Amino acid sequence: MNAWLRQHRQAAGAALRRLGVLNTAVIGVALSLPTGGYALLENLRGVAGRFALDTQISIFLQPGAKRADADALGKTLRADQRIAKVRFVPREQALKELSGVQGVAEVIAALGRNPLPDAFVVTPRDQDIGQLAGELAGLPGVAHVQADAAWARRLAALANIGRVAIWLLSALLGAGLAAVTFNTIRLQILTRRAEIEVSKLIGATDAFIRRPFYYLGLFQGAAGGIVALGIVAAGLGLLNREVRALAESYGSGFRFDFLGLGDALAVVVFAGLLGSLGAQLAVARQLREVEPG
Amino acid sequence: MVSFSSVAKRYPGGQEALRSVTFSVDAGELAFVTGRSGAGKSTLLKLIAAIERPTSGSVIVNGQNVGALKRAAVPYLRRNIGLVFQDQKLLYDRSVFDNVMLPLAFSGLPPREAARRARAALDKVGLLAREKANPIQLSGGEQQRLAIARAVVNRPAILIGDEPTANLDAESAGLILDVFVGFNQVGVTVLIATHDQGLVGRLGRRVLRLEEGRIA
Repeated sequence: MNAWLRQHRQAAGAALRRLGVLNTAVIGVALSLPTGGYALLENLRGVAGRFALDTQISIFLQPGAKRADADALGKTLRADQRIAKVRFVPREQALKELSGVQGVAEVIAALGRNPLPDAFVVTPRDQDIGQLAGELAGLPGVAHVQADAAWARRLAALANIGRVAIWLLSALLGAGLAAVTFNTIRLQILTRRAEIEVSKLIGATDAFIRRPFYYLGLFQGAAGGIVALGIVAAGLGLLNREVRALAESYGSGFRFDFLGLGDALAVVVFAGLLGSLGAQLAVARQLREVEPG
Repeated sequence: MVSFSSVAKRYPGGQEALRSVTFSVDAGELAFVTGRSGAGKSTLLKLIAAIERPTSGSVIVNGQNVGALKRAAVPYLRRNIGLVFQDQKLLYDRSVFDNVMLPLAFSGLPPREAARRARAALDKVGLLAREKANPIQLSGGEQQRLAIARAVVNRPAILIGDEPTANLDAESAGLILDVFVGFNQVGVTVLIATHDQGLVGRLGRRVLRLEEGRIA
């Protein structure tokens, strides 16, 4: 086997044997915060995205409106370039849909007549629907216009704030990871001072001496990333037990999904890179001080 | 093999260890460097291995100007020099065998060949039977012989001993000296710093006597 490859394998092996459980756990717990936050946010974004797609404007006609008036309005709506889709909901159908909802059927029966107006549900092409909704309200025969996207937009804005917070947290804890690794490697260099000094005396190159420390930083970071993924998976599992009961009561199958493969891989890779960065800083700072003489 | 010309070494703080040293040692020669403590013996040896750099003058080892050597080139110089210290600088967290294996880790040798060489080196200093022991279990003389085995395992052209017999009884010291002489007999250039006049006189070899930073 190639001598260079053998040296790398030996350095990696030595690094693996020096991998500390406690340090790995500390890094894992620290990283689980932004990782878990990211997982929750991705789930929330999924929900917000689903509603945002459905940005709709409901147009309710005056209760006494004739079907011919509705047809005329429908024509106007379909001709509007800003509107992608128009769906007409006759008052009879609306009543039928409403009767399906538990408890409402009795109320309607007690009323003895259909209190609902005809309605159009339109899907605008554009997300910014405030102006369009205003104009629609002014059309003849229109009693009331309801634009439902506002709260979806608020949810999306909230998710954006959350995302910024997650990035901040990631940056802070990433720096923390590098610092923890820096300290670990610094202590390793101090405890291996004799070995490093002897190695230098008998002709070890700087690269040879540094290599196990770089590997240690890399492995420790990556192992911390894996621990973080484990913590997040366990946490989401616990959450989902509660969420399922709640979601079922709303007739929803919602549950928190774990990170995708790409995201999970990215966590491990980034943690590893940050670890090796911390190791490089420590080695650059500390190793020159260990000179024989 | 080793040649000093007008070498001076002043340490930061003004202490002048060597004032003007000129000598040369041929390949295959065995020479002693003597002098009182503080005469500059250790400094002279450190200059050869580029552990210290000369303040002025030139130190040529194996055709290389050590004073002008780049930092990155120093390891390759040292691989050709076996160093034995008064404090043996052994590693006590590993076995006798692994101490000798250390220089072979970056030699590029296949593991089996490296192990064979380490055992051969231990055999030459009479420690093959103790390869599994921890260096702390060895006697002072044995520890020094282990240091020699580690110094020669890479088959250097030059072997340097800095007071290798200082803390040993006469019998152990004689044994250590025999090991150095043995390596010299197979062609290794040997340079030993010592203040033990009896040891030096017994062999009748060349002596470089240092006095106040000069060769007397």
